[in-house]
Amino acid sequence: MKPSAFEYHLAVSTDEAVGLLAEHDGDAKVIAGGQSLVPLLALRLARVDHLVDINKVPDLQGITANGGLRIGAMTRHREAERSALVRRHAPLLADALTYIGHAAIRNRGTLGGSLAHADPAAELPATLLALDGQVEVRNSRGTRTVAAADLFTGFLTTSLEPDELLTAISLPAWRAGSGWSVQEFARRSGDFAISGAMTVLSTGADGRIDDARIALIGVAPTAVRASAAEQALIGGAPSEELWASVAEAAVADIEPPSDLHGSSAYRKKLTSTLVRRSLAESASRIGAAA
Amino acid sequence: MSRRPVHVKINGVEREGYVEPRKTLVDFIREDLELTGTHVGCEHGVCGACTVLLDGEAVRSCLMFAVQAEGCEIRTIEGMAGPDGQLHPLQEAFRDNHSFQCGFCTPGFMMTAAALLEEGPLSEEDLRHELSGNLCRCTGYQSIVAGVMDAFGRSTPAAGQAADAATEAAR
Repeated sequence: MKPSAFEYHLAVSTDEAVGLLAEHDGDAKVIAGGQSLVPLLALRLARVDHLVDINKVPDLQGITANGGLRIGAMTRHREAERSALVRRHAPLLADALTYIGHAAIRNRGTLGGSLAHADPAAELPATLLALDGQVEVRNSRGTRTVAAADLFTGFLTTSLEPDELLTAISLPAWRAGSGWSVQEFARRSGDFAISGAMTVLSTGADGRIDDARIALIGVAPTAVRASAAEQALIGGAPSEELWASVAEAAVADIEPPSDLHGSSAYRKKLTSTLVRRSLAESASRIGAAA
Repeated sequence: MSRRPVHVKINGVEREGYVEPRKTLVDFIREDLELTGTHVGCEHGVCGACTVLLDGEAVRSCLMFAVQAEGCEIRTIEGMAGPDGQLHPLQEAFRDNHSFQCGFCTPGFMMTAAALLEEGPLSEEDLRHELSGNLCRCTGYQSIVAGVMDAFGRSTPAAGQAADAATEAAR
């Protein structure tokens, strides 16, 4: 199908983009890479009166290290995937990016766009949650930062206001020696995962776990952290038994959706298995260079 | 809704059109520029039939609007063979390996493979992963994989340079 008609606005600066969003309050939508928005428009699942294109806004580009990492919202997946800075300062993100669609999708898709789209089955919302990242947001009146935990409010829904533009992603400094892992299961390479798990583990001088992150994909209306399971890891010594028990705990409170790819019970079992594998892989990478 | 001018350089030729913003790049290429070699399949980014090279990188031309390609360089299946009709090594490899049956998906596979060729040879496993974004309902993929693997071994200027660089790096 073809998208319904809209007015197209090519913004060349962040000021112009937020100005357009303010002017067409509620009737405008931002297009970044368009890899999720254009299908929604083509299938007429969404329609817009005004489309604000931010592809040519220079100050939304680029990846910089500042202790942590600051990534411009228009940075394409492919650029981040190939970035030595991302590999060094956010290896979990570097791995997560490779699971996004196919190369042709990653050549256009953007980090900011994926986060603003907030698909619970997508990799980047879970990555931002796992890394305790935040996003910078602007409208015509000012700037604010939103923590990952406050960004995703529901299925394809964020706490961004209609006149706000996500301008950058900030990730805290990567703790040296932490292990990380992304595990997903999909019917075909490049498809959205039926479910997925990503984990980060760190150990103290005594070899016991002192920081743990578990984020789950495709099991709830938003990407979620398995906080109780994370707590159960703290103070533990890495072992297969620990991974197995924590993997059970990680899915105890989730009610995954059922669809033609799998029932809720199947997804729960699958997710538990992926958490277990992810924890084992993260543990195996503790102390390894990113 | 008002039409807008679009200027692109497609297969080395400067072209312009005047389009509604909602027109996708693939429809612009096929309907306005009358280059119907690029096929449009699912129209929502799943099948890969509409893959073209945009400023050298493989993209789905159904997942962007023509107005967004303003000033860009595009390469389509029509730009693969030389002006004298000499087939591109990838086309020769596809012909020699029977890498198509009905041919509907072929332009998309060809442009996806052309981007891969620029970056140098891949293992068959990696190639299968890279080609997984393009759907074929006839061949079962085996002959397509064989065709692209064959093309990696044939001399193209870009592949030659990549091989030289790899040899250089190995020293």
